[in-house]
Amino acid sequence: MKITPEKILEWLESVKDPEIPVLSLVDLGVITGISVHESEVKIEMTPTFVGCPALDMMKQEIAEVLYKNGVEKVDIEVSFKKPWNSDLISLKGKEALKLFGLAPPGPRQLFADLDVLERATCPRCNTSNTELRNIFGATLCRSIHFCNDCKEAFEQFKSL
Amino acid sequence: MYSPALKELLYKIADDQLILGHRNSEWTGFGPLLEEDIAFSSMAQDKIGQSLALYTILHQMGEQPPDTVAFMRNATLFHNCILVELPNGEYDFSLMRHFLYDTALAIRIEMLCTSSFKPLAELSIKIRGELRYHTLHANTWIKQLGSSTEESINRLQSALEFSLPYALGMFEVSPFEKELLEEGIFTGEKILEERWRNKIEEVLRQTQLRLPSWNQVEPISGGRVGKHSEYLQPLLDEMSEVFNIDPTAEW
Repeated sequence: MKITPEKILEWLESVKDPEIPVLSLVDLGVITGISVHESEVKIEMTPTFVGCPALDMMKQEIAEVLYKNGVEKVDIEVSFKKPWNSDLISLKGKEALKLFGLAPPGPRQLFADLDVLERATCPRCNTSNTELRNIFGATLCRSIHFCNDCKEAFEQFKSL
Repeated sequence: MYSPALKELLYKIADDQLILGHRNSEWTGFGPLLEEDIAFSSMAQDKIGQSLALYTILHQMGEQPPDTVAFMRNATLFHNCILVELPNGEYDFSLMRHFLYDTALAIRIEMLCTSSFKPLAELSIKIRGELRYHTLHANTWIKQLGSSTEESINRLQSALEFSLPYALGMFEVSPFEKELLEEGIFTGEKILEERWRNKIEEVLRQTQLRLPSWNQVEPISGGRVGKHSEYLQPLLDEMSEVFNIDPTAEW
């Protein structure tokens, strides 16, 4: 079977973000380039946050999946040439986040004050009657909010 | 060939981030409230990750690998400013330092987004978005606690007066200013300091804190050339403790 970038994207669907196991790396938008030379593959990727501790694990899982599908040599390059931002999460990815209970990031914008972060949409009841509790959360990419209708806390994938 | 000017610039930003990242991590488990514990821990993770990315650029330029430069240098070889190595003290000092430092860093990184040195410009564009959360966090708390009770205002006022001389040390002029400017790498500490003062004034105006007149603040410098306070070496010893027991350990 001939290895093509399209095939590789299909295989990479099975590699999930270790911190958000419903979101594939492809939907997350961190795969920035794929090139194939016979049975050698070069993947270019970029982290969501520079200090993301899941990066090594992602690289390892990408390599495993590719080797399993018959790729003989895998080269993964991490760079900031095409920096990640939260608008790169696919529509499918945003829906997966919501089902997982994590509010998807709003459109990326240059915020200057808290106001724009104050009214995240609750992933459970869709109200924007919510409050920001902390711009830092359990992982670098999440913030903590409170839904005034559900009377429960929820997290949002940060807009970046 | 990469110039010593560029290396010095990268080392001072990376070292600032690594050392303050370590100090921030000391708040893990000790924050005055859970949210602040998480905030300082998250900023620690960002900062240490960003220092790794900068040390990686340096490594690509022929310097030692990131772990080696982070864990095996003595204090005299570090280029961080003294402000970031000072012990955390009480929360008021940690918060004030966070505000003064991250305001400067955010402006520095903004300036570097157009640097002629491409790897640094690319990384800066990436880091810029992350830092926005740091400055937002600092500004929110400074504004809130700087106009709150008498105790919180007094505490922040003392922290401000104590921190300012060290904060001015962040802008210690480099011997390579002219070269960095001519090569289009960085427009310099003087311009950075000016923009920083404006930003600091703008935020503090919204509080009851009083900024002393700038000409009455005597900068405490030396960090950029390896002249540190007595607090850096013990921090480095602690940071490298595990590495020194077994440098080949994977963890």
